Amino acid sequence: MVTIKDLPKEEYLLKGHAACAGCGPSIALRLLFKALGNKVIMVVPACCTTVIQGPYPLTCFAVPLQNMLFEATGATASGIVAALRIKGLEDITVVGWAGDGGTVDIGIQALSGAAERGTNFIYICYDNEAYGNTGLQRSGATPYGAWTTTTPKGKKERKKDMPFIMAAHRIPYVATACPSYPIDLINKLRKAREIKGTKYIHILTPCPTGWRYDTSKTIEIGRLAVQTGVWALYEIENGRFKLNPPSDRLVDKTKRKPVKEYLSMQERFRHLTDADIEKIQKWVDEDWEFYRTLTTLERCI
Amino acid sequence: MAQIVIDTANHIAGYAAKAARVKVVAAYPITPQTTVVEKIAEFVENGEMDAEYIRVESEHSAMAACIGAAAAGVRTFTATSAHGLALMHEALHWASGARLPIVMVVVNRAMGAPWSIWPDFSDSLSQRDTGWIQFYCADNQEVFDTIIQAYRLCEDERVFLPAMVCLEGFILSHTYMPVKIHDQEEIDAFLPPYKSGWTLDVNNPLTHANLVSPDWYMEFRYMIQEAMENAKRLIPEIDKEYGKRFGFQYGGLIEKYRCEDAELVICTMGTMGAEAKIAVDNLRREGLKVGVARVRVFRPFPVEEIRKLAEQTRMITTIDRHISFGMEGFLATEVKASIYHMKNKPLVAGFIAGLGGRDVTFKTIESIAKKSMKWLEKGRVEKETEWVDLKE
Amino acid sequence: MKIPKTLKEMPLTPLSLPTIGSMGKTGTWRTFRPIIDYSKCTKCTLCWIYCPDAAITRRDDDSPEIDYEYCKGCGICANECPVKAIAMKREEE
Repeated sequence: MVTIKDLPKEEYLLKGHAACAGCGPSIALRLLFKALGNKVIMVVPACCTTVIQGPYPLTCFAVPLQNMLFEATGATASGIVAALRIKGLEDITVVGWAGDGGTVDIGIQALSGAAERGTNFIYICYDNEAYGNTGLQRSGATPYGAWTTTTPKGKKERKKDMPFIMAAHRIPYVATACPSYPIDLINKLRKAREIKGTKYIHILTPCPTGWRYDTSKTIEIGRLAVQTGVWALYEIENGRFKLNPPSDRLVDKTKRKPVKEYLSMQERFRHLTDADIEKIQKWVDEDWEFYRTLTTLERCI
Repeated sequence: MAQIVIDTANHIAGYAAKAARVKVVAAYPITPQTTVVEKIAEFVENGEMDAEYIRVESEHSAMAACIGAAAAGVRTFTATSAHGLALMHEALHWASGARLPIVMVVVNRAMGAPWSIWPDFSDSLSQRDTGWIQFYCADNQEVFDTIIQAYRLCEDERVFLPAMVCLEGFILSHTYMPVKIHDQEEIDAFLPPYKSGWTLDVNNPLTHANLVSPDWYMEFRYMIQEAMENAKRLIPEIDKEYGKRFGFQYGGLIEKYRCEDAELVICTMGTMGAEAKIAVDNLRREGLKVGVARVRVFRPFPVEEIRKLAEQTRMITTIDRHISFGMEGFLATEVKASIYHMKNKPLVAGFIAGLGGRDVTFKTIESIAKKSMKWLEKGRVEKETEWVDLKE
Repeated sequence: MKIPKTLKEMPLTPLSLPTIGSMGKTGTWRTFRPIIDYSKCTKCTLCWIYCPDAAITRRDDDSPEIDYEYCKGCGICANECPVKAIAMKREEE
């Protein structure tokens, strides 16, 4: 079993980058390179990572990186993968690295196309539940009730369940993760690299700027998202659903912390009423009943 | 061995992509482009073409995939029409900004609303300012030859820009003509392996196209303009070399026909240029001194060539299969802009014709020429933009 | 490739060089300074793996070292340290 001390010291996300203090996506990026090394080509659409790089003529990325149009990550990766196959460079891992807006909203078509074509790449959605670098507008991944600049009274709709949308493409590997559980994320990335076809990993990356909490709490909030069951860590491998530790111990409701603990730490949920919180708790509990059923099935989709 | 094939311009475009040894094709079907990519799919599936064919889910993705593949270091090709091209618009800017030598066939089709599947140039001309080189073809042989020439041009280090090779839907796309498919070894000698200005390379990890501040942005735009100017110089050279090797030559930027002593020059694009030759022969028989200048390359625009023409003629009449609403046809605008600084300018009249696939026959062109001649006699253009064959 | 200055030196399209400090000395953003009490540190390396800025390096003996030139002072390391060996001190102090 991999431990943190087994991870390489090399950094391919160089320090002095332009991310906000306490940035969750930046932690996920570091873990990405700890898992995959630098034989990687990245496609990055418009998202916070566009900013994180820093401006021309410098960049904080020590791997080849193609910045690309907001909605085009999946298709661009298909082009790169095809070219690498022609050139016999199939040992290079192509990674699409997009935010939630670029994945669940504007980029869903190109991603769906790439997945349906079986493009051999890892697509990562780092999900900070809003359009971050444009100033925190609501996305399809923003959860119910959350304040954003375009939902000043809280979002009225629920978060889109993107991992299951991807699972419905019958791709070989779908997983969720959170940088608060680094080894889980590393294992999933390394597993994904060994699988041929489209691999989709959805990482919940807390964002102090958007979620309105102290910059020191990023890991803690991610941990709470998992412990309350708001965010479940699972894999769908060839259609088979499997909860990963510590989520696998949370099917029993009594093992889960109340969602209120997670919500109350973030200013974006400050205005929620008890009724709202109850509603969210109910939805989370329903999700877990669903997960319980899925774990008994050969194929969940 | 060279061979003569009797086939449509769309299929011929497929032959050209094969002959150019394209490695990645990403395309989405749209009428009237479809048979281009069907032909390529056939070539790839039966092993005649060693390429990856990515069957994307939209034209936007087609261009994005071409950008990815070209950036990863292989020769790419795509084809589209009308709304497909419009959907690509954003990606067209990205391709030229990334300086990737992608070649795309545009099978010209009118834009909606309303739906039309018939040709005009409103699709490709709407993409005038995207930083793409634009060729317009007059017959199927030219389609083949221009695609090969375009790769050679785009992959020249003085250019490194993408190009669209335009051909009118149905008039060319679905019309059979005999075409000489040149000897593969000869084509290989003319068109060396793929070259681009940069590549995604794990051994030289660079970030492409991150944020560029106002301190640097203008210089990158200036370099595209310089590349366009270089292309303008190189297109006639490449066309000439191509002519020597293969026996087909197209006048570089402009194909001129009987312009030497012409009092009136009909300036147009695409198949109307071919049709105009028939009109000119007929008018010449009637004693009218008319010639044709077919603008083969719209971007970069052949300003100097237009000026040369303007020096030796008394009137230029443009026929645009396109309208820039609220102004006039682009060709009319560009011709006038080109000659603005001349002391003795010829008259310029603009005609709008053939929108949405309405036939522009030699007879149409003859009547345009005769009307122009009347204005020339009077010494003034009575109507700056005239719509041809409009219902009363 | 080196950092261009003139038009002639510029690449034809923006190609940027991997550089430490692509956004400058981001340590200047810091309000609170993490200070490690090495007598308490158990060398668990959690602070190293959780640092969003790669501003903590792991020494040969697995003890952490903070690069104050680039540390933005987010405080994740202090928050996550299981033995509370990292304290956040206001910069003026």
